[in-house]
Amino acid sequence: MVGSLVFDFFVFPGLLFTLAAGILASWVVRKVSALIQWRVGPPLLQPAYDIAKLFGKENIIPKGGAEWSYIIAPLLGPAGLLLASIILVNSNYLGTSFIGDVIVVLYLLVLPALSVVVGGMSTGNSLSAMGSNRELRLMVSYELPLLLAVTAAIVKSGGLKLAIFTARPVAASVSGALGFIAALLCIQAELGFIPFDTPEAETELMGGPLIEYSGPLLGLYKISNLMALLVLPLFLVTVFLGGFSTGWGALWGAIKYLLVLVGIILIKNTNPRLRSDQALKFFWYGAAPLALIALILAVVGDLIGIGWV
Amino acid sequence: MNWKSWGISKSPWLYHVNTGSCNNCDIEIVDCLTPKFDVERFGGKLVGSPRHADVLMVTGPMTRKSKPRFERILEASAKPFIVAAVGTCACSKGMFHDAYNCIGPVRKVTEALDEEIMVLNIPGCPPRPEAIIDGLVTGLNQLKEVKL
Ligand code: SF4
Repeated sequence: MVGSLVFDFFVFPGLLFTLAAGILASWVVRKVSALIQWRVGPPLLQPAYDIAKLFGKENIIPKGGAEWSYIIAPLLGPAGLLLASIILVNSNYLGTSFIGDVIVVLYLLVLPALSVVVGGMSTGNSLSAMGSNRELRLMVSYELPLLLAVTAAIVKSGGLKLAIFTARPVAASVSGALGFIAALLCIQAELGFIPFDTPEAETELMGGPLIEYSGPLLGLYKISNLMALLVLPLFLVTVFLGGFSTGWGALWGAIKYLLVLVGIILIKNTNPRLRSDQALKFFWYGAAPLALIALILAVVGDLIGIGWV
Repeated sequence: MNWKSWGISKSPWLYHVNTGSCNNCDIEIVDCLTPKFDVERFGGKLVGSPRHADVLMVTGPMTRKSKPRFERILEASAKPFIVAAVGTCACSKGMFHDAYNCIGPVRKVTEALDEEIMVLNIPGCPPRPEAIIDGLVTGLNQLKEVKL
């Protein structure tokens, strides 16, 4: 029991697996972006080199900052994503699932953004405080449509367990497809990709909340980004696209995951950045009504018993 | 092989410091990031904060006004890092050799602050993007053997 728990946490769906898969996913993002821009792009292990290098650098703790939260905040993101990844992968792969694990995962997925906010606020730098402020505003905008879309999926599949979602793809119905589109846009913002990268705006805020971070603590944020690249699309695949299983199902799941990832990269590379207020308007007046329609359709379809609505 | 310098040579994050250059060298540095030259092939990318920087790309002959700022950037950077002096001005002051308001070259200023800081000279007025990339890669390959 203890042995399998340790294995869960540190090897298979846990630390080693998320790191390795996250490094690959991050390379896919950079390589595909490079190909879209007619470049050659970085070598395969580039994200691993970046992190190894960051762990060899000096760790500067700025004067005038809140020291403890500055040190602890970067740990929150990887911790939350690690747990989310274990729950997601195990519920797909082994079918071990408990009632309400969707909600647990939704809460865990908030942690990376929250860690960026706390870290940015505790540096004592005005630019990073501004970045944290924008990150919070972005969170307020994308959480609403994401929760509505996931609620639609819950109504559609008829249960609060992740293992139920994988039985039949939710997106194979009108409400599921609408919810999937809304959730995809939210994931884009949650990953901090263009068009929703105002918090880290490189040209105005110089990296936003992370401006003061250096060395291993910055490396932890990079690790959190890598893991998010794995976990967030996997969440979408599980909830909307039917997840994956063992054997050939795992391959099919990997293909679905890659398709979602490439979709996200294409959106990232073909759009300009939105201002904070534009992003808020987009999510509240665009994506949230879409998700709400999906929810209403799902409820109506459930009441009158039509499968494809 | 020293793993810290190996890490830097594998993923050099560039931070761009202008110490009074005529702006040509700066534009050539930005050229290195364009699709044609693509410095990301070697893991390099431009970062906005000296805390993230591994290579400080310094251009210009170091005017009197910019020296204190440059020294503050050196202090703010996370060690270990190296300095790359891009352009003849930064390497040897070039045409500003006898100018009263320039106290370069870059190596003189870094040595006055800290003997240990390594300076990589990339001459040219301005150096072509190929020359900048060539200088960086050559320098970083030699860096692997050095303990920072
Ligand atoms: S080396 Fe030449 S191009 Fe570069 S800053 Fe000096 S004068 Fe300008």
